[in-house]
Amino acid sequence: MQSQELERVARQIRRRDLQAVFEAGAGHIGGEMSAIDIMTALYFRVLRIYPDQPRHPERDRFVLSKGHTACALYVTLAKRGFFPEEELSTFLQPGSRLNGHPNCNKVPGVETNTGPLGHGLPVAVGMAKAAKLSGAGYHTYVMTGDGEMQEGSNWEAIMAAAQFALNNLTLIIDHNRFQQGAALADTNDIAPLRPKLEAFGWDVSEIDGNRMSEIVPALEKRSERPHCIVAHTNKGHGISFMQDRVDWHHKVPNREQYEIALAELSESN
Amino acid sequence: MNALAPTGKLHDCRDAFAETLERLAATNEAIVAVCNDSVGSSKLGGFKTKFPDRLVNVGIAEQNMVGVGAGLANGGRLPFVCGASCFLTGRALEQIKADISYSNANVKLIGISSGMAYGELGPTHHSIEDFAWTRVLPNLPVIAPCDRIETAAAVEWAANYDGPCFLRLSRVGVPDLLPEGHVFVPGKANLLREGRDLTLIANGTLTHRMMTAASLLAQHGIEARVLNMATVRPIDEEAIVAAAHETGAILTAEEHSIFGGLGSAVAEVVVDQAPVPMKRLGVPGVYAHTGSAEFLLDEFGMAAPSIVEAALALLKRK
Repeated sequence: MQSQELERVARQIRRRDLQAVFEAGAGHIGGEMSAIDIMTALYFRVLRIYPDQPRHPERDRFVLSKGHTACALYVTLAKRGFFPEEELSTFLQPGSRLNGHPNCNKVPGVETNTGPLGHGLPVAVGMAKAAKLSGAGYHTYVMTGDGEMQEGSNWEAIMAAAQFALNNLTLIIDHNRFQQGAALADTNDIAPLRPKLEAFGWDVSEIDGNRMSEIVPALEKRSERPHCIVAHTNKGHGISFMQDRVDWHHKVPNREQYEIALAELSESN
Repeated sequence: MNALAPTGKLHDCRDAFAETLERLAATNEAIVAVCNDSVGSSKLGGFKTKFPDRLVNVGIAEQNMVGVGAGLANGGRLPFVCGASCFLTGRALEQIKADISYSNANVKLIGISSGMAYGELGPTHHSIEDFAWTRVLPNLPVIAPCDRIETAAAVEWAANYDGPCFLRLSRVGVPDLLPEGHVFVPGKANLLREGRDLTLIANGTLTHRMMTAASLLAQHGIEARVLNMATVRPIDEEAIVAAAHETGAILTAEEHSIFGGLGSAVAEVVVDQAPVPMKRLGVPGVYAHTGSAEFLLDEFGMAAPSIVEAALALLKRK
């Protein structure tokens, strides 16, 4: 799938995500909008996956470490054929398997349970190491939030990945500059990320993480070392009044805001 | 049955763990050992020599170690994640919850030198909370073998079981209690001595102390049933209820806090299904002072004569 078509799919995923959050009355829409372009590129272009065989041993792995943006993953997985799109209407409803954080034992395509931050990268290191041990050819991708990089467990995993020379591992940091309560810079400013990752022995790319023409080549890049993509994104990307506003971390649009946002995300835009 | 007090040679259960793991790994290429710089203390030196590529040493980083274990399982490997129990369970508890238990990852957690095995090193290195922390987690059998034979059997079972588990091992020497060739069945207690006057329930390093106490009780004309309850979760409810009905009193002992461990697990069954007088021996909710594990167990009332005293006091409540 080429960039223009990927952008169209990403718009559709944004619309469906917005609808799901609006209808459920809850979600983490800001961090979903920042990450959706990357997830779209992964599932509709980059990942070698088998939606009808979600546990295929040779599948590429994707771990959404920022598990609170599960809704975006659900929409992407459903659109890619892992489960029926109609099921998205159950998001956060009583008894639904689509809860606020993804469950690998219930939702096809989810690789490991995430939610508490700082968990996905260590698991992804284990996945990549497993491929090295078994000779499997799959590639492992993991996406963290930038605020999430404040968790020390990530840096344990970053050290291990370099030590194990995991050139089959790509870490994507969704660098949208905001965490739940405030800007990263006003909380515990771990930016700039590139020199830190480089100092730990990683190969680092910096891209506009909301620009498909930069996302795809970065995801497809192969390196001798573990690869980190510092993806500069906008929280709430695609919806003007949400963009870069910290309160849209988990705010829910009212009816009027919902209509405006839907219009902004329409096919013609 | 009714064997004499155990007097045989003492064995470090870590040796049985290491020997069994190496034997299984020779025929099962999926087996990998994961550790936190603990090659020596986890007795993985032989494994490292035989399978150098399959020893994944993440360095001193327990949270990463447990997460890596989950990822290795996702990639089709069979990881035995080994570390001092105090750090494995305490430092990485959220990883054990989310990545292992909740994700139902096929990872074998091996808590080394549990209880007060690191006695003199002090309470930071004592692991007397690990039953409590782990046994509340679904999908996670919690097992403390009583001797080298049960350790080997439990490791073999774990390798063949499709799911996570937590094996809690000690470095404190214990005599052989179970017969050679013993097959481990999770959630099933072993009747080591028959008796009708009360039941002594223990696991790990306390089972042989209970056997000694039972022999001493026999000299008082009291016949104690002794159950080795290696599996703390799922607990053997049937054996506990039978013990309550048939012997009328239950005494537990464990190398763990009396809060939340084996005694608590037994008490939950007794209260719900067959109330009888009970007494729980263990570390009484304090940080221990300096001493070896054996010294501290004696100090906390778990020398065989102290167990006898506790049993006699309990019998007065029947």
